[in-house]
Amino acid sequence: MIAVQDLGVRAGDFRLDGISFEIPAGGYGVLMGRTGCGKTTILEAICGLKQVTAGTIRLGDREVTDLPASLRGIGFVPQDGTLFTTMTVRQHLAFGPKVQGWSKGDIDRRVDELAGELGISHLLKRKPYGLSGGERQRVSLGRALAVKPKVICLDEPLSALDENTHAEMTALIRRLVTENGITALHITHSRTEAEAIADRIFLLEEGKLRALDSSEKEKKA
Amino acid sequence: MYLLLILGMLLADVYYAGTHVSGREFIDLLNNENIRYSIWLTLISCTISALLSIVVAVPSGYLLSRYGFRGKTLVDAVLDIPIVLPPLVVGLSLLILFNKMPPESWGLGSFEDMIQRVFGEKAGVTYKIPAVILAQFSVSCAFAVRTMRNTFDQISPRTEQVARTLGCSHARAFFSVVVPESWRGISTAGTLAWTRAMGEFGPILVFASTIRGRTEVLSSTVFLEISIGNLEGAVMVSLLMVTLALVVLVAVRVWDKNQQHRILI
Repeated sequence: MIAVQDLGVRAGDFRLDGISFEIPAGGYGVLMGRTGCGKTTILEAICGLKQVTAGTIRLGDREVTDLPASLRGIGFVPQDGTLFTTMTVRQHLAFGPKVQGWSKGDIDRRVDELAGELGISHLLKRKPYGLSGGERQRVSLGRALAVKPKVICLDEPLSALDENTHAEMTALIRRLVTENGITALHITHSRTEAEAIADRIFLLEEGKLRALDSSEKEKKA
Repeated sequence: MYLLLILGMLLADVYYAGTHVSGREFIDLLNNENIRYSIWLTLISCTISALLSIVVAVPSGYLLSRYGFRGKTLVDAVLDIPIVLPPLVVGLSLLILFNKMPPESWGLGSFEDMIQRVFGEKAGVTYKIPAVILAQFSVSCAFAVRTMRNTFDQISPRTEQVARTLGCSHARAFFSVVVPESWRGISTAGTLAWTRAMGEFGPILVFASTIRGRTEVLSSTVFLEISIGNLEGAVMVSLLMVTLALVVLVAVRVWDKNQQHRILI
């Protein structure tokens, strides 16, 4: 579960106040809004990458408002993947488990399992240079899922993909999130993408966040 | 045009040396004890200055690139002062700092006195090898800081943020993700600092002096040879410096290219 209550965040002159929403455990929430309206700022606050000025953030039964990013246990998939240019795909998938002190055997098993699920086993020895947009996003998703997080945050993960890859990745993300019982918060400005993947959709407009009910969803679709 | 000017200067040196110095004289020059000492001190002092510059430039560049703080613009400007100050002024400032500070009224003696009190009479900075290194470092570090800042500006902070969400502390994210990605910038900053240190003369002249067999580096050798009317010797040492700089620049570029290929592909 992700529960945000009366959240206040500041980024330079930009500020958001009174942001509240909840995504139940295993749910898939999509946060929509125009470019620059503060979607990424909210996501960064949840991940622990942006200090909050007010309110609380709960992940499951833990309040994480003041916890550093490293202790929140959130998988983060940034826009365009943001891969580590000096590491191989295998090192990407092994990075989180290694940092968290898993044994070598467990890391190898997890990497092979994830690479199979994501269809990137043939890329394990490659470095990011020359990977396609879809491959990069698969690696980025794998890196986030490797440590088996309970919550995952995806910042416009599909925005740079072509139509076919977009549909493929939408299905893949949704399947992996559902199968692993992960609660997801996904940011997009594409209504079609939101309709295709979300259980619930939140709209951020002029600093106010509200959930779209089903009739609104149909009307907007 | 600028390239022609550089090539013109180098060709003029080569032409002058070729028409005025025989091969035998060049070998004699290389065998000269003072010149050998000067080459040795240049290599050692430039390497130490470049390493110190990297040690200071990496955290400073990172701080300037990633964090906003009160007075940042001023700090940024101050770090550029050694680049814009006349070299003699850098040397003079170092001389005053070590020999006239802290103020006499404090009753502590100068920094030079304090160093001698702690490490003994023979220790000290001014007019000694540490002064050569400090004079080189004062200027070359400014170039290294600027290079490292530009390097970190080009690396997205997102990479280390992702590393933090995966369990890394700030320090671990920095060393396991940012440092490997900034390797090319570090090698450029190191090369720039090394070559800049080799070309330094003004601060060394004032702060370390040009004492034969003690604080003489190649740039001061050129000065000493000119001052005794040995223009041929000065030109030969100049060409030696050009060769050294070229060897270092080409070697680092070749190494960097291989490294880049190995890192990225």
